Amino acid sequence: MMDKQNNIETNNASEASKKKEMIMFLSGSEEKEHFLSKANRKLLTDPLDDNNPITVQVLGICSALAITVQLKPAIVMSLAVVFVMAFSNMIISILRNSIPSRIRIIVQLVVVAAMVILVDQILKAYAYDVSKQLSIFIGLIITNCIIMGRLEAFALGNGIYKSFLDGVGNAAGYGLILIIVAFFRELFGSGTLLGYDVVTWTGLYDAGYENNGFFLLSPMALVVVGVVIWVQRSRNRKLIEEN
Amino acid sequence: MDKNSNAYTFIFAILMVLVVAAGLSFVATSLQPMQAENVRQEKMQDILKTIGVETERAGAEDLFNKYITEQLSLDHEGNVKEDVNAFQVNLARELKKPIEEQSLPIYVADYEGSNYYIVPLRGKGLWDAIWGYVALKDDINTIVGVTFDHKGETAGLGAEITTTWFQEQFKDEKVFNEQGELVGVIVEKGYKSPTKGDNKVDYISGATITGDGVTDMIKERLSRYLPYFNAKKDAGLEVAIR
Repeated sequence: MMDKQNNIETNNASEASKKKEMIMFLSGSEEKEHFLSKANRKLLTDPLDDNNPITVQVLGICSALAITVQLKPAIVMSLAVVFVMAFSNMIISILRNSIPSRIRIIVQLVVVAAMVILVDQILKAYAYDVSKQLSIFIGLIITNCIIMGRLEAFALGNGIYKSFLDGVGNAAGYGLILIIVAFFRELFGSGTLLGYDVVTWTGLYDAGYENNGFFLLSPMALVVVGVVIWVQRSRNRKLIEEN
Repeated sequence: MDKNSNAYTFIFAILMVLVVAAGLSFVATSLQPMQAENVRQEKMQDILKTIGVETERAGAEDLFNKYITEQLSLDHEGNVKEDVNAFQVNLARELKKPIEEQSLPIYVADYEGSNYYIVPLRGKGLWDAIWGYVALKDDINTIVGVTFDHKGETAGLGAEITTTWFQEQFKDEKVFNEQGELVGVIVEKGYKSPTKGDNKVDYISGATITGDGVTDMIKERLSRYLPYFNAKKDAGLEVAIR
């Protein structure tokens, strides 16, 4: 009789702990959190400014150089990175307790590569012209250091939902800078925005204005990124180093 | 099971590869028809562009059917192969065959009252294949327009062959020299005087090998069509004499 009672109790206890595990597995913390609690919102907004992958961590500069000549590819690239990053973060987070630590980098690479191929195939089917424009750069998302960095630093140790938010946030921070840089490069370099001839429309050409072809070359992307960093640091005191 | 044991690691790796491979092949296969359709429309768009018809990819098919009057597949002696669909000839595959077995596709266009002959090109760039189309006027000598594309040339250098300024140079250029020999169009380093009709155009700085590839491609491909062109010219001459 006593045995049986004991048994039931332990059963209950194990069920409760299972439930707890389940919650932990999903949210990554013991208490149930609100979907957009302050901590979660921070995951989304932090990488946009205080912890921006490009301007603060100086990662992913290579693609910021390559595809920011025009606004449209930059936007598509940003969306592609948001997709790849959010879902690879999620997948790695789901698998985080079963990935053998010795091959975890390989597993991360496989997941990212699979996501990138998926994006590439979908673009080729539904947005062929854009995919031609982005050509190899979509493939090069695999080597984007931001993605590997977030997988290793965040997704391996956090819950699925948080990892998803972190992925979206960091990719958005990356995309934001990409779009800002592309905006200025297209505007000053070709005098257009998303292909629309804005400078002709304002009538500046008649006043003797000319496009600056230098903006179309890669070095100008670095200069623009530099200016963005300068502006950001001058208005965000947290980013200024002690010395 | 111990997560750090060799057996677990191997099983995990094998399972992961199987799942990813199956998933990706499924996606690739199901999107294949749409991708093939895009490539087909782009090919029509490229062919139309050589004779000066600019169109959106979606509208390419209608215009293609309207302006391209004949799609011929020739053998190396200039005879028409009736059983081969010219549009579906895969030039990459044909080039690997000996010349006697190759099918040579050619498109005849009728646009705004003039006849044009459009020849598909394919050759080697620096890193990988380059290809394109060249449209010749009725005299089978003067170029109306060209398009080039490439698989893996360096962006900013070899990849510039796809740009308008490079392709514009070929307009009104001749492919036969004054002695009547086929020389194609030579992409020449240090070319100074942009005179039309001297079989030469300017090269792209830093892309000499891609430029040479374009030169070779035009000459090699056009030379295969000589029997057909000669027959056409003779026929044209007869008409003129009569």
